[in-house]
Amino acid sequence: MTLSRTAAPVARGRRRRVLAYWPQYLAISPFYVLFAVFGLAPLLFSFYLAFQRWDGIGEMQFAGLDNFQYLIKDDVFWLSLWNTLLIWVMSTVPTLTLALVLAVLLHSVKRFKAFYRMAFFIPNITSTVAISIFFGALFATNYGLVNAGLEAVGLPEVAWLQNAWGIKIVIAVLTVWQWTGYNAIIYLAGLQTIPSDLYEQARIDGANAVQLFRHVTLPLLRPIILFTVVLSTIGGLQTFTEPKVLLGDTAGTGQSGLTMVFYFYRQAFSHNDYGYGAAIAVVVLLVVALFTILNWALVQRGQSERSR
Amino acid sequence: MTRRTRGLLLHGVLILGTVLAMFPFYWMVVMATNSTSDIYQFPPKLTFGGQLVTNLRNVLDSIDFWGSMLNTVIVACTTTALVLFFDSLAAFAFAKYDFPGRRMLFGVLIGTFFLPVGLAVIPGFVIMVELGWVGSLKALIVPAAANAFGIFFLRQYIHNAVPDSVLDAARLDGAGFFRQYLSVVVPIIRPGLAFLGIYTFIAAWNDFIWPLVVLVNPDQLTLQVALQQLNSVHGLDYSRIMTGALLSVIPLIAMFLLFARNFVGDLAKGAVRE
Repeated sequence: MTLSRTAAPVARGRRRRVLAYWPQYLAISPFYVLFAVFGLAPLLFSFYLAFQRWDGIGEMQFAGLDNFQYLIKDDVFWLSLWNTLLIWVMSTVPTLTLALVLAVLLHSVKRFKAFYRMAFFIPNITSTVAISIFFGALFATNYGLVNAGLEAVGLPEVAWLQNAWGIKIVIAVLTVWQWTGYNAIIYLAGLQTIPSDLYEQARIDGANAVQLFRHVTLPLLRPIILFTVVLSTIGGLQTFTEPKVLLGDTAGTGQSGLTMVFYFYRQAFSHNDYGYGAAIAVVVLLVVALFTILNWALVQRGQSERSR
Repeated sequence: MTRRTRGLLLHGVLILGTVLAMFPFYWMVVMATNSTSDIYQFPPKLTFGGQLVTNLRNVLDSIDFWGSMLNTVIVACTTTALVLFFDSLAAFAFAKYDFPGRRMLFGVLIGTFFLPVGLAVIPGFVIMVELGWVGSLKALIVPAAANAFGIFFLRQYIHNAVPDSVLDAARLDGAGFFRQYLSVVVPIIRPGLAFLGIYTFIAAWNDFIWPLVVLVNPDQLTLQVALQQLNSVHGLDYSRIMTGALLSVIPLIAMFLLFARNFVGDLAKGAVRE
């Protein structure tokens, strides 16, 4: 009795407290409504669709694990996974390495820093479609500028966009061009947070430039490097625009530009196989999650080793 | 090595980097001002030519350039305006009010960062079919009208920049939540809004896969989709496609150079803080 008598006013009090905050709930509601309808619902619907057979128009048919069983035996899917991973490694490793070098150079310069920063950032705001068209023209076989250059120094021309490695190299060069400056600027901001007396101390202890970089800069920059690696992983595993614009729906000779996202796009919107497209998307999602967790784990381990 | 030669070497490398970063724009202009046959011969022409008007006419004949430019401007402007309004309102509530469920709701918001919703284009398209929005610009604007990144960023900004004492004073004068938002918060957070505005505008301008899927009417496209169409039809007429690419890139870079004085630094600072 006493319990319910005290509980009722508390409940009423809480309700009144919630009601008193109606403007705040109203203020935050647009995001949650939009996310529920256009983010969460489609994502959940993906999982549902992956177990259906559907051409986008007729009735859906429950397919059980058929889509996934087919996927395991689907050589084209494995090819697309292989292409994606290769393109990702070939793009990300040089991008981040160059960015780090560039950031260290920028950090030690006093004049024109703002100018360089701006210049290095502009490639990143340029649309990927426009820049893919540009690189397609640059690497054209009969006489894009690159082949004209090779010819000028007496080397044979290369059919860049007609061979499996050439296609991947062009996409990698494009990515390096577009993302090196962006990552360098993020590293630079990180470098600026490292207190200079740490360097002074190490120098007094007799460290040279390489040792300073390895034992002071690199460990302190680790969280920021992780941040850029995670971003590059999430972005790189979803590569689509570059091969789509450079190569069109065939994805190039031997489909060597076919990435995972390109493959599920093509299955759904060119071949009207929505169920199978969704199954590929679900697997891509798992691959992205797996690699993100791997990245975290690697860097975490590195950190705990260091603190020991 | 003396200090001076070291400095010169350093600037030499950085200038080389700048040249590499800027070179595509130079070469785009060269291609857009020459004919394809001038460039695609050996040795190629390396300087500006006088074919720009012809190339422009070719672009305008092949795609509805101005129409798609207008669509892009509409989408980018509307999205940016809505994002700034909804995100700042939500950020204000999260930053300065301790309403029941705040922590949990903010946790959910952060969690949405890690969902690769870009992979949900297939069911996203199905939902647009159900709503009857396929082919309409609404399908691009409405889903993008509020986002977690902006709310997260502005909450931090409001938390640091808007003093509680000023809000208390406004409350004493009888200002409610929305009144405080308009007359206290918005004027103070203008620089933060400018940053988020530029960021959103660029993202909306360059967006590709979703417009490609959803805009099914050939006379109602955005610039990026029209450009890829130009490329797939006239892929070998390099001067023509490069003129289109150049035209699509110029407005954004111009805007960036005009308004983005602090943008690059702010972006990097934000990334480091996270």
